[in-house]
Amino acid sequence: MIVSLETMLLVGAIMFVCGVVTMATKRNAVGVLIGAELVLNASNLNFVAFARYTPFGIDGQAFALFGIVLPAAEAAIALAIILNFYNNHMTVDVDKANELKQ
Amino acid sequence: MERLQEIWLQSLFGFMALTTVVCSIAVVVTQNVVRAAVWLLFALSGTAGLFFLLGADFVGATQLLIYVGGTMILVIFGVMLTARGPFVSMKTQSGEWTLAALVGVALFGIVAAVVWSTKWPTMDWGDTSKIRGENSPTTVQLGLEFLGIPPQESPKDAAGTPLARLGRDPANIGYLLPFEIVSVHLLVVLIGAAYLARAKRRKAATS
Repeated sequence: MIVSLETMLLVGAIMFVCGVVTMATKRNAVGVLIGAELVLNASNLNFVAFARYTPFGIDGQAFALFGIVLPAAEAAIALAIILNFYNNHMTVDVDKANELKQ
Repeated sequence: MERLQEIWLQSLFGFMALTTVVCSIAVVVTQNVVRAAVWLLFALSGTAGLFFLLGADFVGATQLLIYVGGTMILVIFGVMLTARGPFVSMKTQSGEWTLAALVGVALFGIVAAVVWSTKWPTMDWGDTSKIRGENSPTTVQLGLEFLGIPPQESPKDAAGTPLARLGRDPANIGYLLPFEIVSVHLLVVLIGAAYLARAKRRKAATS
């Protein structure tokens, strides 16, 4: 065994925790989106690692592809909402985002 | 010779994993949102390297093309369109930092404990080649999965008995339906994003 599955999962776990902490601490809405991207990327890493090390075969990679395409769509929608919010309120501070419309 | 290759692969993994981990932590620590976006770019590139190392060539290439090339451009445009003075670097209070660090360390402890205590049904690194064909590109297999054509033969373990794949039955159609749903979903997202972000006359400017 060149690299064990547990090591791969730990790298994914560190990325996941970093993403969660980023989502919790960043006040900029784009920063929160960056944290979400980190979390989804960590899940993709786990999918591909399981595809390599377990007998489930190529299924993990197929799921990882969905896990790449769906965050791309999510980022597009999230940025459209952030831009709209910025146009309405002239701020991207999520602490002040208790209503989307003025 | 084999030992040399092993050391080479291990050091390559160490480099990729270190890039990914360090850049992920830098995303958390930095206060400047432009820098956070750039650190995220390097973290995603490091993950693409790990994908290549795990034998997922098509997923790694897609990661580079769509994530690093597409989504990151979106994020950086979002930063540039909203970056005005105070929003570039918004400080987090130290009390929030300690709370977030506590939650993060606790979460990581739980996840790491689960990773180490679970008995994963792993195969040996060498065994995988029997199932997927060493050095063969995964593009063909992924394409067949997405078109709903079942694999010709089910994977076998070392003794020659077929391994049951999760949720596989003779009437299996692979990922054809999810693939179609994702394509329609992307169309809906395109229309929705264009509708949400369309140029509007600001109310304050007219009144």
